[in-house]
Amino acid sequence: MTDTSPIAPGLRKEVLLDIKDLKIDGYTGEEWVPIIKGVDLKLHRGEVMGLIGESGAGKSTIGAAAMGYARDGTRIVEGSSIEFDGIELTTSTEADKRALRGSRIAYVAQSAAASFNPAHKLIDQHTEAPVHYRIQKRMEAQEDAIQLYERLRLPNPGEIGFRYPHQVSGGQLQRAMTAMAMSCRPDLIIFDEPTTALDVTTQIEVLAAIRDIVDQFNTAAIYITHDLAVVAQMADTIKVLLKGEEVEQQSTEKMLAAPKEDYTKSLWAVRSFERDQKARPENATPLISVQNVDAAYTGGVKVLDDVSFDIYEGMTVAVVGESGSGKSTTARCITGLLPPTSGQVLFKGEPLPPKYTDRTKDQLRQAQMIYQMADTALNPKVRISEIIGRPAKFYSGLSGTALKSRVDELLDLIELEPSKYYDRFPPELSGGQKQRIGIARALAAEPSFIICDEVTSALDQLVAEGILKLLDRLQKELNLAYMFITHDLATVRAIADEVVVMQHGKVVEQGPKLEMFTPPHHPYTDLLLSSVPEMDPNWLTTLLEERGVDNVGEAADV
Amino acid sequence: MGLFVILYFAFLIIASCLAAYFEKRGPFILLFSLTLVSFVLGIVGGAGALRFVAISAAVLAFAAGISYAFKEFLIIIAPKNTAKELKTAPLTAAFGMFVIFTYAIAGIFAPWIAPHGESEVISSAFAPADANMLLGADQLGRDMFSRIIYGARNTVGLALLATIAAFVMGALAGLLAAVKGGWFDQFMGRFADVIMSIPSLIFALLMLSIFGPQIGVIIVAVAIIYAPRVFRLTRAVAGNVVVMDYIEAAKLRGEGDWYLIRKEILPNSTAPLVAEFGLEFCFVFLLVAGLSFLGLGIQPPTADWGSMVRENATLISFGDITPLIPAAAIALLTVAVNFVVDWMLWRSSGLKEM
Repeated sequence: MTDTSPIAPGLRKEVLLDIKDLKIDGYTGEEWVPIIKGVDLKLHRGEVMGLIGESGAGKSTIGAAAMGYARDGTRIVEGSSIEFDGIELTTSTEADKRALRGSRIAYVAQSAAASFNPAHKLIDQHTEAPVHYRIQKRMEAQEDAIQLYERLRLPNPGEIGFRYPHQVSGGQLQRAMTAMAMSCRPDLIIFDEPTTALDVTTQIEVLAAIRDIVDQFNTAAIYITHDLAVVAQMADTIKVLLKGEEVEQQSTEKMLAAPKEDYTKSLWAVRSFERDQKARPENATPLISVQNVDAAYTGGVKVLDDVSFDIYEGMTVAVVGESGSGKSTTARCITGLLPPTSGQVLFKGEPLPPKYTDRTKDQLRQAQMIYQMADTALNPKVRISEIIGRPAKFYSGLSGTALKSRVDELLDLIELEPSKYYDRFPPELSGGQKQRIGIARALAAEPSFIICDEVTSALDQLVAEGILKLLDRLQKELNLAYMFITHDLATVRAIADEVVVMQHGKVVEQGPKLEMFTPPHHPYTDLLLSSVPEMDPNWLTTLLEERGVDNVGEAADV
Repeated sequence: MGLFVILYFAFLIIASCLAAYFEKRGPFILLFSLTLVSFVLGIVGGAGALRFVAISAAVLAFAAGISYAFKEFLIIIAPKNTAKELKTAPLTAAFGMFVIFTYAIAGIFAPWIAPHGESEVISSAFAPADANMLLGADQLGRDMFSRIIYGARNTVGLALLATIAAFVMGALAGLLAAVKGGWFDQFMGRFADVIMSIPSLIFALLMLSIFGPQIGVIIVAVAIIYAPRVFRLTRAVAGNVVVMDYIEAAKLRGEGDWYLIRKEILPNSTAPLVAEFGLEFCFVFLLVAGLSFLGLGIQPPTADWGSMVRENATLISFGDITPLIPAAAIALLTVAVNFVVDWMLWRSSGLKEM
């Protein structure tokens, strides 16, 4: 491996982490199969390395291995070497490794909400490590925690630590977790997709905070993510992984400007998919018309406030907004799962009964849904043939060979080999394949309108692009209308004809895509648009300068 | 020092030396500590204590051997997918399955296996065991062994029927409550609370005193006592399933409750339900045996393990173990079922990932 690390010569100190020929096996239940096939990694003090690749590439496994830890069902193959600051981790005892973890190597997990113990206050969890390792006394550690909270720009740093995890928002929790990782001033922090579960507006503040604190303490970091734009902001060096093997490693600027390998180029090109905007058909009644809908969950406050928009035949309407803005609730009102408290939903000019139980089979058939998490959207104990075949049987009354040929036809439509997938169960498929099955189930009902609820946000970019292209092709072939719920504006840019921006349960702005992406915007649309990370490595720096460090994310009130 | 004691220590010492030589840490520690304990035991309890240790070890080894052989046998005859699951079964589970299998054979083929009739008086009361009567005679001179075999059919069959009845009622109510929710859920929940608030044995005694100790009454009474527990478990398990997106998708498709229960929810909640079935079966079995012991269960002259314990109870004061044989049969089945249930719980709980 040639040393191409871009850090300034003054910073180039000794090598902190040196992984040589790392091989890791995973246990399938019968045999050991290699999942990491010989990866080298060299990290200097104060350097931030980004690990990117699609899921299953072994990013997180390498991250864990950097702590000398093999996850359940995996083992580090003999012959691999993981040297942390001169200590060989593959041969040291469990007790030695445990002493390193937390104090010298820290880990920040993807879901802070799942990683904090909900029964203890944040600061008690924060001070656990320094007190345990006798680095600080309890009170000192608390004061230090408050200082760290301040540095990470958490609101009310003196008080926020005394709250419980559920009393703090997701972005704040992720920053509190970063502060916790910092509590012992480790030499190395491993960030495992720290912002993947966050909204774009929240993501910025976490990114800015992480970058600042890593700079301030000159901590080395491994930053694992599948989002290229994010890694461009954070990392000095980028390493691209594919199926447990290194594709290439370059300094961030070089990697972005001139990727060498084809695979890397294909990753870079993903965001290029875009299709032309369609105009509304003239003098047509909208297929779905949401008119002045208000909605509330039982006994709760209003979640939707006077929401109206139209969806025309064969068009894609993207509904964007951060989580909690009422996007999914709108979908529930349209499908009839949540009857609106006032207002109505029209289908081809005819009002739909507010509750789904009162709708006719044909009305139910017309509007189908594709879900975000294909794992929970497909019954794991039902065969693919039954999952897809059931709607066809239920609505069209097909059976026997007619049903089988219809299922085959649908599998062909979503580009999966019928003979291979017919008898399989969902857990045997990959994430992208599961999402395709979800699409096929929706198509089996022969609908005219499909609600896509964050269908690509749980998928890798390459896979997500495949799904978007498939949806686009299906729209052309079957003249479908889509309501596309998303918080990812890149997706909107790729597939939408019209955009509806929602905030706090209200429609803030709506219009054709091109119009929406050209200024002037509503301030909230502007915030959303400017918060989407771009591939330019200086994007975050520029943005922070423009907005000021204290005016990003939740703090940016519009 | 008899030959037995010499052989006993020679075996232990040679075995521990071999274990130490081949660097088998675990077996060595076990064997050698057993040797050390045996020195003390030999001094305190004499050859008798050592003989007891040797017999226990042999019984354990025999049980382990037969469990292993039975497991391999099952793996060979089972279809591919089941065989894969069976491979993960620990020896205890294999032992449990073997015992259950034996009881099932005994129960189903009782008339052919038992050498004498269920209520046939063939000798004097409490006659000792001989070649004709393997376990001796009971208080009326009936063959104990034959009655144990018939008892397997009566006691286990009754408990099985009662458990199935409890499961059908409880699981159906639980699934419906989870799917329908709202007032139906509330009503069923409170109704289950009411039944659970009545002490189970008192409720059973009350029912049996009112309607008389007939088989049907026993089954219904026991099923009513145990159904609320099944209801609660099923409702909790199904409650986790009904919030999934695939249920929502099926509801939006316009599917009825029965389809949801049968096709979508039930396949995803079978594992905990099967484990619970094994557990409940043990409780039901013990309750049925207890009722028989109190004289309100299966009526004589039908052979039943619970009442056999009671009828022969007087023999205990003479130091005879005859009344303990049916009790041991009850205990063995309970232990066996629990072994199997443990394995199933382990499979369904996801602990296997550790």
